[in-house]
Amino acid sequence: MHFVICAKQIPDPDTPPSAFKIDETKNEVVPAPGISPVLSQFDGIAAEAALRIKEKVGDVKITVISLGKESAQAAIKQVLAMGADEGLLLEDDAFENGDHYTTALVLSEAIKKLGDVDAVFCGRQAADWDMGQVGLGIAQLLEMPCAIIGKDVDISDGKMTVQRVLLDGFETVEMPLPAVVTVSNELGEPRYPKLQQIMQAAKKTVNKWSLADFENLEATQVGEQGRKLKLEKLFIPASDSEVEIIEGESAQEQASALVSRLKDAKIL
Amino acid sequence: MTKNILVVGEFNQDGLSETTAELLTGASSLSSGGSVSIVLLGAGSQEKAQSSFSYGATKAYTIDNESFSEFLPDKWAIAVNDIYEKEKPDLILLEQSTVGRDLGPRLAFKLNSAVAMDCVSIESDDAGFKATRPCFGGNARATYSYSASPAVATVRAKSFEAKTQGNENGEVVQIDLAADSKVSVINREEVATEGLKLTDAPIVLCGGRGLGGPEGFDMIQELANVIGTDKAAIGSSRAACDLGWYPVANQVGLTGKVVNPDLYVGIAVSGASQHMAGCSGSKSIIAINKDPEANMFKSARWGIVGDYKEVVPALIEAIKSS
Ligand SMILES: Cc1cc2nc3c(=O)[nH]c(=O)nc-3n(C[C@H](O)[C@H](O)[C@H](O)COP(=O)(O)OP(=O)(O)OC[C@H]3O[C@@H](n4cnc5c(N)ncnc54)[C@H](O)[C@@H]3O)c2cc1C
Repeated sequence: MHFVICAKQIPDPDTPPSAFKIDETKNEVVPAPGISPVLSQFDGIAAEAALRIKEKVGDVKITVISLGKESAQAAIKQVLAMGADEGLLLEDDAFENGDHYTTALVLSEAIKKLGDVDAVFCGRQAADWDMGQVGLGIAQLLEMPCAIIGKDVDISDGKMTVQRVLLDGFETVEMPLPAVVTVSNELGEPRYPKLQQIMQAAKKTVNKWSLADFENLEATQVGEQGRKLKLEKLFIPASDSEVEIIEGESAQEQASALVSRLKDAKIL
Repeated sequence: MTKNILVVGEFNQDGLSETTAELLTGASSLSSGGSVSIVLLGAGSQEKAQSSFSYGATKAYTIDNESFSEFLPDKWAIAVNDIYEKEKPDLILLEQSTVGRDLGPRLAFKLNSAVAMDCVSIESDDAGFKATRPCFGGNARATYSYSASPAVATVRAKSFEAKTQGNENGEVVQIDLAADSKVSVINREEVATEGLKLTDAPIVLCGGRGLGGPEGFDMIQELANVIGTDKAAIGSSRAACDLGWYPVANQVGLTGKVVNPDLYVGIAVSGASQHMAGCSGSKSIIAINKDPEANMFKSARWGIVGDYKEVVPALIEAIKSS
């Protein structure tokens, strides 16, 4: 079987809010000094899901694909170090500044071009824009069935079984291959590559495709030109909260002071 | 300019969901006199359609059929697409719910258009629609316009206020449609939601990783008991859920539930932006944390710097004796 993992490189979501800055003239996030971009957390978990299945069923090739700049090689390498077999970077100036539609479009064309893909693993959302639609978009464009927000994924007898997290419960679904799944943190922590695996990853093949490699795609369909959602404004919402720290000699004093505030405010 | 809007509604045996009523009310003001229609799928939808008219819908498309009662996103997408073809709305609104987050992107891609997910506000002007949504873990907001039609948006609960419009009548159009899903549901477990729901509770007490173990939640439960379990519900940070200390259905935050209570109490929760994304709409926030630099103090109205193991029992006593 052949699995694809879609991996995105993003600004570190654990950047402390105080270091998070936006350039409002360019509608762009200003990279926080000294904080390197990372593999989007849920994509690492998608890789974990794919690798667990590979370990179980054996004969599986895993290709990790990233649409991004040259620097996204780091995200690809990380998934290769976890155990994926081959990397594919989709890089072209024409691909830049796209939206979720153009991203899903280029990824789906790449998957089509790979030809023999049985299953596509994505994170439930990229932890920068938090949209949660690229996995579904790929599935729709490739007319594959899709299950989102999985906490457990299994493949056997030509079928994918996914246990999904709902807002108020869980659900287990089954669908025929080829299929797309998006996974969530409930699946568990992604494995941590050993030094030896990191060294091996450096030797694994990473292919590069640009717009010219896609017969079906025109420059007007991708990147900034292909956007269907235009970003008008990116801003940090104003917060007007001024905290009152309740002081006191003891926890008892603090607690009764707080309770009287809550009574005054008619909350209790 | 008038606009036609289609709302993908949700309902249960008690009636239309609150958020659907909010979306209809929002749609009537965004439409500037254009049409507002709703689609309701599954058995009982014709009867439930009636109440949609009082919130501003003028037409309800229903597939009042058992075969659509179970939410199967690819099948529902076929149905809504069919109704799109009949109505040709400029905007399709869905709830940011188990349904909307699965159906919204499918519809947008099917219609060769775009969706903005988890919006907190939608505006309409002569140029079209603008959708604003949190991003970057709640650190930022983005406002988008659409360069494709129809505009699709999933909208967070309580982004609009539900108001009846003084109208009781509308047209119900029953659709006959058969569609298949490529996905079969083998099993579905609803987490018991007896008692007060987290998203309805006026007071939410939320525990985090700093509790040090699941026993911390017992102490929070005691606090909820003295406040009254008809008022206070318990939430959990993702870190605490990931550790298995509290059920995921109670997770508050970007990838959990969004709550807007009168009072939110974060107990040993650091207040990461992705957590605050689920509670920053609370009227008042209290932070209880031993670290005075914890991010949650920045959004709080009141704070106590201290060990929760001392502060929470003291609060329980103070409430008992007040
Ligand atoms: C894409 C993405 C989505 C996410 N979605 C969510 C989400 O939906 N919900 C969510 O909650 N998180 C989410 N997170 C994770 C989030 O970034 C934080 O890691 C998480 O919220 C931390 O949980 P915590 O505050 O319980 O733990 P910590 O950050 O570890 O904080 C524990 C706090 O407890 C305090 N403490 C320790 N001991 C005591 C004591 N005895 N008394 C008082 N205080 C004490 C500490 O000072 C600290 O502030 C998401 C992250 C990403 C990247």
